[in-house]
This record gives sequence, structure tokens and C-alpha cells, in this order.
Amino acid sequence: MSRIRSFVAGSLLGSALLPTAVAAQEMIADTSSRKQPLTSWGVQFEELEYRYSDDDEELGVWSADFFYGTDDLKVRWLTKGEYAIEEQAYEGLENQLVGQVPISDFFDAKAGVRFDTPEGPDRTYAVLGVAGLAPQWFEIDANLYVSEEGDTSAGLDAEYELLLTNYWILSATLDATVAFSEDREIGVGKGLVSTETGLRLSYDLIDRAFSPYVGVVHERKYGDTADLAEAEGGGTEDWFAVIGARIAF
Amino acid sequence: MKTRLLTGFLSLLMPALVLAGEYDLTVDRVNIDTGDFVKEGIGYNGKSPGPVMRFKEGENVKINVTNNLDEMTSIHWHGLILPFDQDGVPGISYPGIKPGETFTYEFPIQQAGTYWFHSHSGFQEPDGAFGAIVIEPEGREPFRYDRDYVVQLTDKHPHSGDRIMRNLKMMPDYYNREQQTVGEFFSDAAENGLMNTLQDRMAWGDMRMMKADVEDVQGFTGMINGMGPDQNWTGLFEPGERIRLRFINSSAMTYFDVRIPGLDMTVVQADGNNVQPVNVDEFRIGVAETYDVIVRPKDAQAYTIFAESMGRSGYARATLAPEEGMEAAVPQLREPARLTMADMGAMHGMDHGSMDMSGAQDMSEMDHSTMQGMDHSGMDQGSMTMSEKGPSDPFYAKGSGIVPTAANGGKFLSYADLKAQDPLYEDREPTREIELSLTGNMERYTWSINGVKYEDADPIRLQYGERVRFKFVNTTMMTHPMHLHGMWSILDAGAGEWNPVKHTISVAPGTTVYMETEVDAPGQWAFHCHLSYHAAAGMFRKVIVEGGPDATQSKAAVATEEGGDA
Repeated sequence: MSRIRSFVAGSLLGSALLPTAVAAQEMIADTSSRKQPLTSWGVQFEELEYRYSDDDEELGVWSADFFYGTDDLKVRWLTKGEYAIEEQAYEGLENQLVGQVPISDFFDAKAGVRFDTPEGPDRTYAVLGVAGLAPQWFEIDANLYVSEEGDTSAGLDAEYELLLTNYWILSATLDATVAFSEDREIGVGKGLVSTETGLRLSYDLIDRAFSPYVGVVHERKYGDTADLAEAEGGGTEDWFAVIGARIAF
Repeated sequence: MKTRLLTGFLSLLMPALVLAGEYDLTVDRVNIDTGDFVKEGIGYNGKSPGPVMRFKEGENVKINVTNNLDEMTSIHWHGLILPFDQDGVPGISYPGIKPGETFTYEFPIQQAGTYWFHSHSGFQEPDGAFGAIVIEPEGREPFRYDRDYVVQLTDKHPHSGDRIMRNLKMMPDYYNREQQTVGEFFSDAAENGLMNTLQDRMAWGDMRMMKADVEDVQGFTGMINGMGPDQNWTGLFEPGERIRLRFINSSAMTYFDVRIPGLDMTVVQADGNNVQPVNVDEFRIGVAETYDVIVRPKDAQAYTIFAESMGRSGYARATLAPEEGMEAAVPQLREPARLTMADMGAMHGMDHGSMDMSGAQDMSEMDHSTMQGMDHSGMDQGSMTMSEKGPSDPFYAKGSGIVPTAANGGKFLSYADLKAQDPLYEDREPTREIELSLTGNMERYTWSINGVKYEDADPIRLQYGERVRFKFVNTTMMTHPMHLHGMWSILDAGAGEWNPVKHTISVAPGTTVYMETEVDAPGQWAFHCHLSYHAAAGMFRKVIVEGGPDATQSKAAVATEEGGDA
């Protein structure tokens, strides 16, 4: 049998030289899962930590994120809490449920609701934000909030990870909040409200699933917000030593 | 159990006496022990890898596949030319094989050489569902050997395929442990100057691309024939014998650079098709490719088969020895590979016209001047020049950081060295060209063709009888092994009618590679990147071949076959 298969000579000759048992079967439509959008999910605790402040305050703190969805649409539940261990009260407790869609190669837009239910008055906000990776590897999450009281505020979270080695990672975080109007009931003044800066040294102990860390966190209140805090007899600045773990699964 | 039946039957188209073999495969849950860890996976006939299926050219095979899993499965016969409904791709060839069911594949073996088979369902293949195929030719082979071994490579990972996919979607660098660190910054600064290093990091940071993005999924144990480096699969030989090693890369994600220190290797076959012999010291085997090499150890000593991953994050190791238990030194892994701006080339919209290897153009004279002139968005030209002094291969971007070099300084196989021993097809002008940009976004772990994922894509329609020239433009920073089912991929290696005939074509970052396909197989076929997680993320297409032998003829052919088997 010739090993040269020629189609120039016409398919008749070709099929005579090379008998292929072409089955008379229907060409099926692909309804397999491969043809469906790939659905994924994940859980990440960026922070799950114990904080000890310079004035002996003890806090349990988490910041976590659960997502489910496809490349085109994800649902994300973000949860953050600060639990004062001695007072047995939540200084902060925030839950956001947002939908997330890509708007550029590296950024997503988010929209949803945020529920703040700490000790004291509760707030519900509408959330509009963008999250993604900025040039030079800064992870950015910027959000605009409008409360049911009509107060607007904005938050910016930025994170940079410095790889000391491929397992020892130093991460620097900055969270800043700005209020465009005063919400005295929850101690928020107009202008720059507060910042939280952190530096955490972690080690990837089990894959990237469990990475214990130690670090320092600095919290500060500014302007009218600081005045409100002082009037309440609270502090405006705290340094914390933190120990905790990043968790992802 | 494997039974071979000899049944003769008359056929209008085939010789009077035709071999027919019947084979049984079960798809089973198995434990895979790499020596580093034990992981539950999927295998055939109770083992992963499955058995070596030995066929004979001209044989009509009947393979009964019984699914003992609690999920759907499938078997794709990688590289085999067969009717499309026997190709084993769920959703394209057939619906798949349900739990508890037996599906019988029946097709004629029309070729010879080394191939493999694997599941095409979910992540069963990365989980262990693969085996080797060896087809004995009808005629004499153009090379001699005294014994042969299958050397089937894989990258067994402690995580299941589903989990890997999910982790990559959550954190695309989840498995990358070769990223650039502070330490590397300082060592680069010492070598290239602080400003150069800073500019280099800024240029990459600006693109949000990682130089270290050579291997997505690290943390695997490289295995050969189901054995990890410490378990050391051993092939025996008598000094002076010629040994044919049938290398098959059944990895989910890993390219391997293979060498056998102390032995010259003569490459005689690539992807099942004989090539004009090339003597090499080392070769790179892309995912899903096969290479057959002949070695002739003269001394009664052990030799290490060392397969180092392209990104240098792991290795597989085996031994050739006159007796069991002997072993030779195992080399150290080389430094992790780093991409260069050249590998990013096509991302800046560069025209790689100079990569066109059509005709009998001399590779060494190829004009790469456009490369040197391009603007690297702030990238320091000084550090570019340095990388351009490195080794070159026309199938890598000029100045690429992943051009392979032989560990002993000798000859490393290039695609440009591959020439068909006996071309399967007459050389002719292609009837048309189809451009396929290989596209993706590492930070989202999305992979696509022409920017469209499979879920959103229309099929590629080909006409029976045409010869299509595919132009792959790799705009990503990863190397993609592109596999077209059902029809041969004639790689344009610049050798004209001697261009090698393959089933999987590796396309390096920043390059344009051409292949031609004689559209001689009606039906519908899969066409995809063979990196498991790239294919699953969308770098996948359905190809429909329209026209061809009409349906009544086909029915007759099938009926004849069935009659003969009875």
C-alpha cells in the first residue's frame, strides 16, 4: 500500500487507497461540562489573627472572602470582624455580598450590599467597587459606600507581597477610609476617617492553604473621627502585635 | 485479560487475511505510589499507567472498555487515525462511557509507532488515566534495535486535578515556587547593576507578568512507567545492544528535558512517525509528544535516564542497567528558567514574519532584526542584549529565556532537526491559511484561542480534501502543545516535503509556528492545548470536517466489518 496519500488526485482515489471505516453516526452537539463555563469556588482568610495592643487590649480579628462563580460572574461574600476579647463585643463586624464582573484584563467591578452589625448601631450600605491587580503587583480593592442614612464613604485597601523567599513572604497592607459626610451615631466624622497599616511575615507551611504569620498593625483615626473618639473617651491610635494565619482552600 | 483472535474475512478494500484483536480495559480507582506520597487516582486494569497496548499495523482492533468508576469516563487514542466516533472525546466523538457500562471501540490500525491513550473526561488523565500504545509496523523498520522499552513520563501531583484547577483559578501562582525573590533581586543587581535590575523588575511589574511563569503547576513527582525517582524504574540491557526507548510525555502540564549521561541518543521517531535519524545529547518532550530514541550502551554499567522539567522544578528518573539494582549518579537540577522580554514578543503586537519557515529557507539566515528593534515599553536594552547572546533555536523567540541547551554542552534536539523519513503525504500548496492566536491571561487563569474560550466558540469548519495551513501565534508567555485529533499535523520545519508529521505541535512563547493538515478525516474532532488546565480553561476547539466519502459508502464499510467479525 502506498504511503503517499494524495488528494490532488481526487478523493475517490484517496479513499480507495485508504479504506477508512467512516461510521454513519450523527455528529453530536457538545453538551459536556467542557462546553459549559468553568465554575469555581474558593475560601480565603487573608487575616485570621489575635491582636494585642500597646494598651493591653486583646482582639480576635478576621478578614475573609468566599467566592463562587465563573470567569464572567462571581458572587463574593466578604466578611470582616474585630472581636474585643475582654469586653466580649464586636468592635467591628462587616459582611458584604457582592456580584463581581471583569471590566479589564486585571480589574473587576463589584456591586452589592454591606451589612455592619457591630456592638452599637447597625448600618446597611450599597457597595460599588473595583478590585484587581495594579501595575507593580499592588492588589487594590476600592469601594464606594452609601448607607441607608444617605451617608457616603469610600474605602481603599492595598496590599503588596514581598517574596523574601518562595515560602517566607512579607506583606504590607494599607486600608484607608474616607467619609464624605458625618455619621455621628457610629463615630464617623467627615474627611479621612481612619487607616490601618499592617506588616506581616508569613511562612507557607502547607501549600498556600495554611500560612502562619506574625506582624504589627497600626490603627489610627483622623480629624473629626478622632475628635469623636476622644469625646467618647476612646483612643485615636493603636499599635498591635499580631499572630495568626492566612488560610486558603 | 488480552485475547487475540485471528479471523479472516473478505473485504473489497483490504487484503484477504486481516488481523483482528480483541482487548479488554477496565477503568478503575487505583492508588498511585510515587515514593513521595500515595494518592488515589484512576488507572486501567487496576494500575496507573495502564497496560501497554500492543497492536499490529493492519489489524482491526476491538477494545472493550468497562467503566468501574462512579462517574463518566472515556478513552482517547492519542495520535491514532480512526473514524471520529471512535476517537473518544465526550461531547464530540460520542457521549462518553457511563458508570458500569462497557463501550466497545472498533477501528482499523492504519499506522505504526509509539502512541498513547488517555481519558478525555474531566481531570481523569492528570489523575492517572493513561497508558501506552505500541504498534508494530507491517514492513521493516528503517533502523535496528535489539529490545525496546516504553518510557512513559508523567508529573504526578499530590492534589487531584479538580483541586489544582480550582486553586489556579483562586490564585494563579498557587503552585509556582520559583518566583523571583528579594535574594534574586540582589544577585541580579550584583550581576547586571542595580538600575538595570530595577528597570527590569519595573518593566515586568508594569505588564503584571512573571519571568518565572514557566511552569504553572509545580510540586509534582516526576514518574517514569509509574515509578518515582526513588523507585527507579530500570530497563535491563546486555552491553552492546541497541535499545529503542519509546518516550511518551503523559504529563498534565510538564515539559521534560531528557538526557542519559554517558549515552548518545539517536532520535528515530517523533509522534509515531519515523524521522531521519538525528544524534542528540538531550531533547525536550512537550506534553503529549512522543520521541523514540535508540541508545547503544557498550559498557556493563548503569546509566541514568534523567528527565528534568522545563522550569527545573522537578524531575523524573529511571535507569538502564545490565542488572537490577544497579544505579548511576543522578544529576542535580539546573537553575530555574526565566522568561525574557523576547518571550513576551508577540504580546506587543509584533509581527513574527521572520519566523515563517516556509520553503527550504535556511534557518541560520533567518532575519530576526525586527526583534532587536522592538520597543519593550521601558525595558532596558542593555539587559536585552545580554540575553540575546544566549543559545538560539528557530522555534523559540530570539533571546528567549527558555531555549534549551544540553547539560553537557552538546547537541539539543530542535524541531528544525526533524525531517520525515517517509512523508505520509505529497507536498502541495495549502488551499488556505487559518490563523489561531494562542491567548490567555495568567492573572485570571483564562486560556483561549483568538481570545475566545471553548464555551463561547464556534467550531472550526474544514472541507474534506483541502490542505489547511494553520498559523499559531503564541501571544502568551507559556508554551502550548497544540493537538489536533484525527488528522496529522505536518509541522513546517522548513524542510518542505520532508517536514515531520506529528500529532502535537509545541508553540513556544512569542513565536509563530505553522503546521499543515491534509483534511482527510470526515466528522468532528477536538483541537486543543494539551496542558490539562489550559484545555479545561478554554484553549480548546471543535473542528468539523465537512464533506468526504458519502454516508451510504460508509455504512457499507461498517456493515462489511461487522460481518467479518462475526
